[in-house]
Amino acid sequence: MLEARQLECTRGDRRLFSNLSFKLDRGQLLRLAGANGSGKTSLLRIMCGLVLPSAGELFWDGRPIRADREEYSRNLLFIGHLNALKDDLTALENLQCAAALSGMPADAGSALAALDRFGIAHCAELPAKVLSQGQRRRAALARLVLSPAVPLWILDEPFSALDVGAVVELERMLASHLASGGMVVLTTHQEVQVVAHAILRVDLDLHTTALRAA
Amino acid sequence: MIRALGWVLRRDLLLAFRRRGDVVNALVFFVIVVSLFPLGVGPEASQLRNMAPGVLWVAALLACMLSLARLYAPDHQDGTLEQMLLAGEPLVVLVMGKVLAHWLMSGLPLVLIAPLLGLQFDLPGDALAVLCLSLLIGTPVLSLIGAVGAALTLGVRGSGVLVALLVLPLYVPVLIFGAGSVGAVATGTGAEAHLMLLGGFLALALVLAPWASAAALRIAME
Repeated sequence: MLEARQLECTRGDRRLFSNLSFKLDRGQLLRLAGANGSGKTSLLRIMCGLVLPSAGELFWDGRPIRADREEYSRNLLFIGHLNALKDDLTALENLQCAAALSGMPADAGSALAALDRFGIAHCAELPAKVLSQGQRRRAALARLVLSPAVPLWILDEPFSALDVGAVVELERMLASHLASGGMVVLTTHQEVQVVAHAILRVDLDLHTTALRAA
Repeated sequence: MIRALGWVLRRDLLLAFRRRGDVVNALVFFVIVVSLFPLGVGPEASQLRNMAPGVLWVAALLACMLSLARLYAPDHQDGTLEQMLLAGEPLVVLVMGKVLAHWLMSGLPLVLIAPLLGLQFDLPGDALAVLCLSLLIGTPVLSLIGAVGAALTLGVRGSGVLVALLVLPLYVPVLIFGAGSVGAVATGTGAEAHLMLLGGFLALALVLAPWASAAALRIAME
């Protein structure tokens, strides 16, 4: 379970948000809303432990996430707005490297199956630099297929650059992850059609948190 | 843990193989700089023998520094560095993998080609052997210290100059004892003391540099 207590984030002399508290349980989806520049990405990076909040603390299963950074990192998968693809490696090599580094080595077969799930198996042997924006996004998201056992998925604008088919596939994957007791945090500007036990919504413009039971 | 190091090493070597030009660049720089000296100074053998250790070591140091800019910056740009920080493995281990890959691509080729270039300076056989040995011990220190500088200047504008300013003072002892070891063979005092000190630097850098580099990376990502 992920719990935020009294988080505050300042960039320069601007306070992006303060007094932000929420709890995320297994099977719940947290959607961050807010205008551009309201601090969504900053909050995601704080939740990953990449950035320290200027005040407040995050707890994973009751322990501060800073207490054991590696242990917390093993419980989360972060896909940022950068796709983390190496231009000179093929989509398959990129996926295998990323999976191995996050502690879940995948053989070529299962990595290929993951790419196929997002419909880019035919590009598996192409260097990432020749892929289109949408295909690069799909290649990055294919990591989700290999990481069902990682409880917490933190996704920054996962739907950007995806076409309708890929959006549906991603929504299906999020739903099955939530159904199996996973947690998802995401930012998006479009409405998500994910069947979840509960959808939590944090609006950084209004500083409100609302729980909507599905 | 070792497996994660292996993956980082494998990935960086594969990337270097795909971008062979970058590796060859540093090597060509080294060869050109060293080869120009005999032409510029003139063919007097004793003079060349005297200056050989210094020239070869300075050129190796500069060649190593040239490639530092590419150690973390590409990973920073495409987001893979972020993923390394979240890998669930100690960052120090991954940094070691990257430094090892950097040395294999920028240090080891210099070590291998140095004896050939030493011949241009009329170095005797025993001096060539010590030259190789001193570079073999010294260039990993250059990579390790350089990694700290590269991490500290990550994402800073004009980082190339800044790296040089940060790293060069720390390179100076390595340069003095590296070049000194070859000079010591020529004067007949023996190179053991110099090489042992170089080994000491290597041990110290191995213990401290990866931690410093990892800490600097965490700060740079904030």
